[in-house]
Amino acid sequence: MIKVEHVTKHFGPKRAVDDVSFTVERGEVLGFLGPNGAGKSTTMRMITGFIPVEAGTISVCGADVMSDPIAAKRRIGYLPESAPSYSEMTVMGFLNWIAEMRALDGDAKKKAVHRAIELCSLDSVIYQSIDTLSKGFRHRTCLAQAILHDPDVLIMDEPTDGLDPNQKHEVRNLIRRMSENKAIIFSTHILEEVEAACTRAIIIDHGRVVANGAPAELKRRSERDGTVLLTVVGANAEAVTGALARLPEVERSEVVAGDAGHATVRAFPKAGAVTGALAAVVARGLAPTGWTIDGLHTEEGRLDDVFRALTRPDTARRAA
Amino acid sequence: MNAWHNIKTIAKRELSAYFDSPVAYVFLVIFLLLAGVFTFTFGGFFERGEASLASFFGWLPWLFLFLVPAVGMRLWAEERRGGTIELLLTLPITPWQAILGKFFASWIFLGIALALTFPIWLTVNALGYPDNGVIAGGYIGAMLLAGAYLAVTSMTSAMTRNQVISFIVAVVLCMLLILVGFVPITDLLARYLSTSGVEAVASFGVLTHFDGFQKGVLDSRNVLFFLSIMIFALFVTAVLVRNRRKN
Repeated sequence: MIKVEHVTKHFGPKRAVDDVSFTVERGEVLGFLGPNGAGKSTTMRMITGFIPVEAGTISVCGADVMSDPIAAKRRIGYLPESAPSYSEMTVMGFLNWIAEMRALDGDAKKKAVHRAIELCSLDSVIYQSIDTLSKGFRHRTCLAQAILHDPDVLIMDEPTDGLDPNQKHEVRNLIRRMSENKAIIFSTHILEEVEAACTRAIIIDHGRVVANGAPAELKRRSERDGTVLLTVVGANAEAVTGALARLPEVERSEVVAGDAGHATVRAFPKAGAVTGALAAVVARGLAPTGWTIDGLHTEEGRLDDVFRALTRPDTARRAA
Repeated sequence: MNAWHNIKTIAKRELSAYFDSPVAYVFLVIFLLLAGVFTFTFGGFFERGEASLASFFGWLPWLFLFLVPAVGMRLWAEERRGGTIELLLTLPITPWQAILGKFFASWIFLGIALALTFPIWLTVNALGYPDNGVIAGGYIGAMLLAGAYLAVTSMTSAMTRNQVISFIVAVVLCMLLILVGFVPITDLLARYLSTSGVEAVASFGVLTHFDGFQKGVLDSRNVLFFLSIMIFALFVTAVLVRNRRKN
């Protein structure tokens, strides 16, 4: 439903978006990750038609955003980064106005506005002017504006930014609920959010897509994935690493914490090993030593590590 | 049809935004007070001894010079400052519909302000027998003048996110439009330029073109002059809105 092909955008000499391509289908929730200034907002603004596309093409539900912007914009609901709204209007007045701008009237308008108010839990503030509202309500008012016309495509720039944990949870639930029949893109800095709400994630850095895959798949790229964390009582750290080094399945090991008679060590599997197989190997391998194994578990990769590895400022990519 | 619906919806919101804040009422009161002071005190309404609104219309270009930019300065600057421009321009409308909707809203507001000067008209009708055709011509001219200043303000408002800057630049530009046709300036220019040169410069002045309306003459050239200023300034607004979308 959203098709982005080889899109590039410069701001002055700076290349903000560099040959970005991806597609999002109905039912997908795409998480957009990347450091500040990586080009997330710029890409979203090009999809929504706020910033013109410089090179490449973007189409939304078959409509090219440059040659047929009105048709594309009709299908899109957009929550801009700072969740702007006309502060002197009441919530009701604002949503009614948006409905009229979306060419809704009569019963259809009434229904759409009420549905949006309900979905965003705005019932208690509909007759208040927006500048008297708390940040959470203001944010949800703008979100209500984005989903008012039940768009096929929903684009949200940091939809949970500045919300408290309960509100974040609500917004995430809302995204999940709506995802069935929509194509959704949202950007975020919160990596757990990606795991909680997304079917796919794209990491973008210096305007380029550096990773594109399901959250679980991306996590597997982490070097932590499949490592075994081992806590032993009755041995010092050197003895444990020594014992681990003798196991052929262990690539290397590192001491996480250790003092006399107590050690926590991480063991890395050899490349290409079956994920999760190492724990049993370690348990068997250490059995003859007679140490008490206090804890032993296989670790999952962390999105955090993958993100940092891919977007570190000192990577050679920058020079290229 | 669809375009008209969008323009109307935008204009409606924009117009009610004026009246949702006290600024509109403050503006109306100041405008009417100043119009009264200029007409009766400085304009010599009574001393003239003629039943006309010449003393009112004569001061209007100078009064509008500050009041129209004050009305129009927020049009785009406020949208950009509040980030709502991103909302507005990602709705299924063309930038032109937004520009016209906003322009018409402010123009209607200025029309309301002008209409509220009707007591002056009543006064002159009570005191004598003015030519109401001439007065109607004056009001039409005043609307066109307001439209021209407003379009210029719309343009300066699209240049910046700061309303004060937008106001000042608009006043300066509108002042230029007055001064090129202002007699003391044209006399000065006559020393350096040929007669046709002075005339060419002065033909860009709003005073020259507004004069005709005050005399009750609806010259199509004068109408065209004001309309072309509006179209030109709104066209520049459109270019600015298009190019100023980055952050």
